[in-house]
Amino acid sequence: MNTLSSAFLRYSPLLILALAWEVAARSGLFSSSALPPISKIAAAWVDLARNGDLAGNTLASLWRTGAGLALAILIGAILGFAMAFWRGAETALSPVVELFYPLPKSALIPVTALWLGFGDGSKILLICMGCMLPVTMGAFNGALSADRTLLWSARSLGASRLRSMWDVVLPSAVPELLNGIRTALALSFVLLVSSELIVSREGLGYLIGFLGANGTYEGMFAVVLTVAFIGFLADRIYEAFVRRTLAWRE
Amino acid sequence: MAGISAPTPSFAARAGQFALRWSLVIALFVAWELLTRTRTFTPFMLPSPQSVSERIMRDASSGDLFINMALTIYRALAGFIIAAMLGISLGLVMTRNAGLRWFFDPVISVGFPMPKITFLPVIVLWLGFYDTAKISMVVFDAIFPILTATIAGVRSVEKELIWSARNLGARERDVMWQILLPAASPQILTGLQVALPIALIVAVVAEMMMGGYGMGGAMIEASRKADSRGVFAGIIEISIIGWIFVKAMAMTRARLLFWHAER
Repeated sequence: MNTLSSAFLRYSPLLILALAWEVAARSGLFSSSALPPISKIAAAWVDLARNGDLAGNTLASLWRTGAGLALAILIGAILGFAMAFWRGAETALSPVVELFYPLPKSALIPVTALWLGFGDGSKILLICMGCMLPVTMGAFNGALSADRTLLWSARSLGASRLRSMWDVVLPSAVPELLNGIRTALALSFVLLVSSELIVSREGLGYLIGFLGANGTYEGMFAVVLTVAFIGFLADRIYEAFVRRTLAWRE
Repeated sequence: MAGISAPTPSFAARAGQFALRWSLVIALFVAWELLTRTRTFTPFMLPSPQSVSERIMRDASSGDLFINMALTIYRALAGFIIAAMLGISLGLVMTRNAGLRWFFDPVISVGFPMPKITFLPVIVLWLGFYDTAKISMVVFDAIFPILTATIAGVRSVEKELIWSARNLGARERDVMWQILLPAASPQILTGLQVALPIALIVAVVAEMMMGGYGMGGAMIEASRKADSRGVFAGIIEISIIGWIFVKAMAMTRARLLFWHAER
């Protein structure tokens, strides 16, 4: 009960903002299309949820992010560890990473659309390509940060090269790797929404554009807030997961 | 940054090292050329390096390239600078004022992990399709890393420094300018280094969605016309801007923080 009321106190500024929105929208100072009252946005959300538009497009969007992010984590982590373990891989790959790291990932949107069209494939490829490098850097830096003396001790106690990698280097790389994945998670939502806004016929970003073009602004605001909330929720769930995974460090 | 004691390697040795280091990049370019020569991919899917570079030259000689680049850089930088000024000052004030902290803490902790780009259609609705809207979107997105870095930086300043300054008669304003801001500057710069690429990404997305001049607008138009050379030329041009931004930021950091032991 106590934690509940303290959480209420902590997040009360958000309630104040929502109230201020409602009052400003009802005051008639702004046109109702530019700033629909929150109560109407909520009603529009219920409508969208009822007719199935919201669920269908949410599923499409989540599938794209999930698939793209899973591929990015898999390939990115393999690349990062390979770079940390084999000098050859590092020599060959680090200029490539250096070349592609500063590329503003949003520039890939038209290319993936050109290659794979407007459907799922282009979004998954975009998210995979865009989110890979933060994971690679996390895995690489994490593996390098492994304590040398621990590694030497493992080797001198008779652990094989592969075994000491698995038991010493990988666990010590986990915090940095998880940090890289968190960056990738945030980036994946940005890429998903922007590509769906610009080139798509399905998904939450598309739904926002569609409702906006139709002039149903309450609905548009409802979906915008839904996407923002999903992004926030994904980050919080991930944070909780990281805290549990890294509990052994305490 | 090469070691002072190491003898300068011969030109041949350096060239060899360079070739080895960049071999995969060179191999990628060769593969690109070969894949287009052998028609493994159609020129539509993967235009040849030659045709892409010709396209870049053509854009440069017609002047379009420089107009588009200048506009994108202007929008990204204007948004970045406004975000930096707002973010750093709000961050500083928040660490000094409990009321502001109470109000903005939850707003930041909810706003930071949100995909702000979702609000792009709302910003278009409010501010229209021109620079104001594009720059506002950049500010909205770039301010969060700067703000959180400033708050974290000021919080990590050693209390002894602040107490000593107060003891020696420094006023609140002196503490802020002469102790807090310099001592927090490494973390603030890290925040700025995170925010600058975000500013460019967001500027490009905003241009893609709203159209008009600018790198993003040019690329999306090329994509709609199925002009793949234009799309690939755009990627290379935008990457060059991104690369310059990252390097310039790193140089600024090295220059401003020459006194700070960096790892």
